[in-house]
Amino acid sequence: MSATTLPTLTVKDLTTDQDVRWCPGCGDYSILAQMKKALASLGVPREKIVFVSGIGCSSRFPYYMNTYGFHTIHGRAPTIATGLKMAQPDLQVWVVTGDGDGLSIGGNHLLHVIRRNVDVKILLFNNEIYGLTKGQYSPTSRLGTRTKSSPQGSIDNPIRPLSVAIAAEATFVARTIDVDVNHMVTVLQRAAAHKGTAFVEIYQNCKIFNDGVFDYVTDKSIKSDNLLYLEHGKPLVYGKDRNKGIRLNGLDPEAVELGNGIAVDDLLHHNESAKEPSLAYLLSRMVHPEFPECVGVFRAVRKPTYEELVQEQIVKAIKAKGPGKIEDLFRSEDQWTVE
Amino acid sequence: MTISNPTAPSPSGLASANGHAKVQELESVTIRFCGDSGDGMQLAGTQFTNASAILGNDISTLPDFPAEIRAPAGTLAGVSGFQLHFSSHAIHTPGDTLNTLVAMNPAALKTNLKDLEPGGILIVNSDSFGTSDLQKAGYTSNPLDSEAMKNYRLIKVPINKLNREAVAECKLSPREADRCKNFFALGLVFWMYERPMEPTLKWIREKFAKNPAVLEANTRALKAGYNYGETMELLPVHYRVPKAKIPPGTYRKITGNEALAIGLVTATQLAKKELIYASYPITPATPILETLADLKRYGVKTLQAEDEIAAMGMAIGAAFGGAIGVTATSGPGVCLKSEAIGLAVMTELPCVIIDVQRGGPSTGLPTKTEQADLLQAMFGRNGECPVPIVAPRSPADCFHMVFEAVRIATRFMTPIFLLSDGYIANGAEPWSIPSLDSLPRIAIQHPTTPNSWANEPQHENGAGEPGKFLPYKRDEWLVRPWAVPGTPGLEHRIGGLEKQDVTGNVNYEPGNHEHMVRTRAKKIQNIAETIPDLKVHGPASGDLLVLGWGGTYGAILTAVERAQRKGWSVAHAHLQYLNPMPKNTEAVLRSYKQVLIPELNAGQLLWLIRAKYCVPAVGLNKIQGRPFLVSEIEAKIEAILTGAPDVEITTTPVVSDGPSQG
Repeated sequence: MSATTLPTLTVKDLTTDQDVRWCPGCGDYSILAQMKKALASLGVPREKIVFVSGIGCSSRFPYYMNTYGFHTIHGRAPTIATGLKMAQPDLQVWVVTGDGDGLSIGGNHLLHVIRRNVDVKILLFNNEIYGLTKGQYSPTSRLGTRTKSSPQGSIDNPIRPLSVAIAAEATFVARTIDVDVNHMVTVLQRAAAHKGTAFVEIYQNCKIFNDGVFDYVTDKSIKSDNLLYLEHGKPLVYGKDRNKGIRLNGLDPEAVELGNGIAVDDLLHHNESAKEPSLAYLLSRMVHPEFPECVGVFRAVRKPTYEELVQEQIVKAIKAKGPGKIEDLFRSEDQWTVE
Repeated sequence: MTISNPTAPSPSGLASANGHAKVQELESVTIRFCGDSGDGMQLAGTQFTNASAILGNDISTLPDFPAEIRAPAGTLAGVSGFQLHFSSHAIHTPGDTLNTLVAMNPAALKTNLKDLEPGGILIVNSDSFGTSDLQKAGYTSNPLDSEAMKNYRLIKVPINKLNREAVAECKLSPREADRCKNFFALGLVFWMYERPMEPTLKWIREKFAKNPAVLEANTRALKAGYNYGETMELLPVHYRVPKAKIPPGTYRKITGNEALAIGLVTATQLAKKELIYASYPITPATPILETLADLKRYGVKTLQAEDEIAAMGMAIGAAFGGAIGVTATSGPGVCLKSEAIGLAVMTELPCVIIDVQRGGPSTGLPTKTEQADLLQAMFGRNGECPVPIVAPRSPADCFHMVFEAVRIATRFMTPIFLLSDGYIANGAEPWSIPSLDSLPRIAIQHPTTPNSWANEPQHENGAGEPGKFLPYKRDEWLVRPWAVPGTPGLEHRIGGLEKQDVTGNVNYEPGNHEHMVRTRAKKIQNIAETIPDLKVHGPASGDLLVLGWGGTYGAILTAVERAQRKGWSVAHAHLQYLNPMPKNTEAVLRSYKQVLIPELNAGQLLWLIRAKYCVPAVGLNKIQGRPFLVSEIEAKIEAILTGAPDVEITTTPVVSDGPSQG
């Protein structure tokens, strides 16, 4: 390696000596593999990368990445990542969470890390089920989902992870799918390159407790009609024959077939850098079977990160009054001398 | 203006003729300002304190305010008070009984009069004793006309009217004008006690620099109050409390919360570490966040977290990143942080958790003091989860003990509790400003190279290979290395699952778990090797040891000294380190025939001492949201030593015919 090239990592460099303990066939294996591929391509040295997770199947992730890692407590990974980034703004910090960890017990922290625009990359593995506790419904489980804790079907309205992230004005929002390996690598690379909070939802199949819940977007025979790949500046076209699209009808999206007076130009064009998050939100609300579900980058805008703003205030304060001296601090109140 | 009953006994203290017929010298005075929450009593009290401190008196204060920011005006629930004890000798408490009470309305009179000594000076704002004012306070007739007033030297001053006249030319609205009346009252007592006005005038100039009319009005109100006292000769004498004979040095006034904030900045700067302070606002800990948030040019980073849990998580994350992570809260916040504190114990990361205790359980008494979180700090987590505990004994001691907290946390790679309380946090005393050279530099080292070598004996777990980094390989104190992300070659993973010792790998083996539980406990016990012995004030052995911790220091010390002067064989020891306790603690306990433990709780240190050392100690327990009176402890000491029937602290209702104060 010459002095001018970035250190390159291999997938092997990123692999730890710990046995991976997810169930056979779990979507997490694919995510782990794509993550290693994505990181190997980035040129960021291992010691600068940290994985922080909460609790759940997904949260075992850090043990399998030969970087720095912190397997924390249920739902709180965003808080620990925030503290870490305060101490070391230059680290590349990934938060790995799941639908239960991120949206149920840790929902509050998720909102706040996003609204602050802390420069962390959040991966939410959404399998619409509680796996580690052996199969109870989660905050993203669809209405009527029958589980051990909802034998008559779930009556809790599910929340859409991306809608939550966009409502909190995440500066980068994307979605990908565990088995769509090339797409995932691209999305992870984009997330890594983003400055600010990047929120990525990954549809992840739980082989044991919720197998096939995403078949409509993974089964080769049907997925083309149910999946829409977002591309910046391009019209929202989908379908096996690329003959379907999404247009706006007033404030509502509408799935239409091209032809019969409907041209490509009538369709909604994707703009990931739109200042207002309204359209991204609208896309996040499109749910199968009424609509195709979007994958790709929903939103990517640059705003000052929390770390930048913190540093800016410090610099300003020092500029205004000079660096603080402890003696001045001691004497910040009136004094008197006893002789 | 009227002075009733001028023949009542004079205020306590040593009067001495000093040549000036109208000045009487006193050794010490306790005064309380009280009024409605919106009357500015905390400000008046603080200004009086500053003036007294600058004059060279020893001081001790007790601010006492309701939890409600603005309870309905004039009601008992809205009464706010500020008590100051100032003296020409060393004092340790804000005073048991009042020599002077300033009451701005009937509600303040009703809730505070019981603390005024017989013959004490009572200054009231007679303009606020109209029919509706009396009704709001639950009076059916004007108490100023009652027989009870004969017990006091009552001074009725029409403050509203006099103040409005004083500020008339400043063109303020009537409401704005009335807001100056606390300064009128302050001016009056400045005259009574020969306090210099200049520090307050300076404060007014700085505070209202952008509002000349208000600046002028407050200045006039203060001076008018002072001149009124002088011109009207409100009392036949006025009083002088000479300078205290305290050790030479430069002093300032400091509250416990200020001392914690300043101590944190100092300890971390001298250790060349970054201070990251994450907190969720909670009474009475909030001022620490507010103080630190304004110290950005010291490089301090503050985070106002979304909740208590987040604040703890941020402190842990900061610690993982190699900074000094600190959070502060009160009891309810500690409950929420508990799981995360356990994570810090498991991952052996250093952070400081400040608990400014208040009355509990649940929301309890937010603005009142209590010492009831000791056992929570000691045991309030799942699993075997030892956390060291230190506790400052006074406002100024917060500076020293927070240094200790940072030292212990970083040297032993552990979260640590610092238990303050509302009394210490808001109370003030003089602080001898230290020279920087005299302060300890906490040495912190982060490893930069792997710690596993080919030529060293295989460790017991067999894992780990030469050239590898072993995150749980321990030093002679059983402390693991603090390797910081960003360091090449030391990549490692930590987490809340049980660890294999040395390697830090996840491990569920029975033997390893027991080994790790015992190792974590032993590590915390090792702290005892680095802390000072428990010191005894008084005879090294004898009839009675009074053992305390935290903010009861001043009251216990004063009570013990009084008992000693009476010839009793009694000593005082005060624990600043509660987990682990100093190594000589048991020896000290066993040097006395009896042990008394006064606490502002139902007996928590008592419980620990009995369990740990099997010593038949007894408690004196007060759970009223208020600090001990010296007399309460004194009475208990005497009861024990004379074998008299047990003394209990009785709760007297604040008022007999209305709700008690916030």
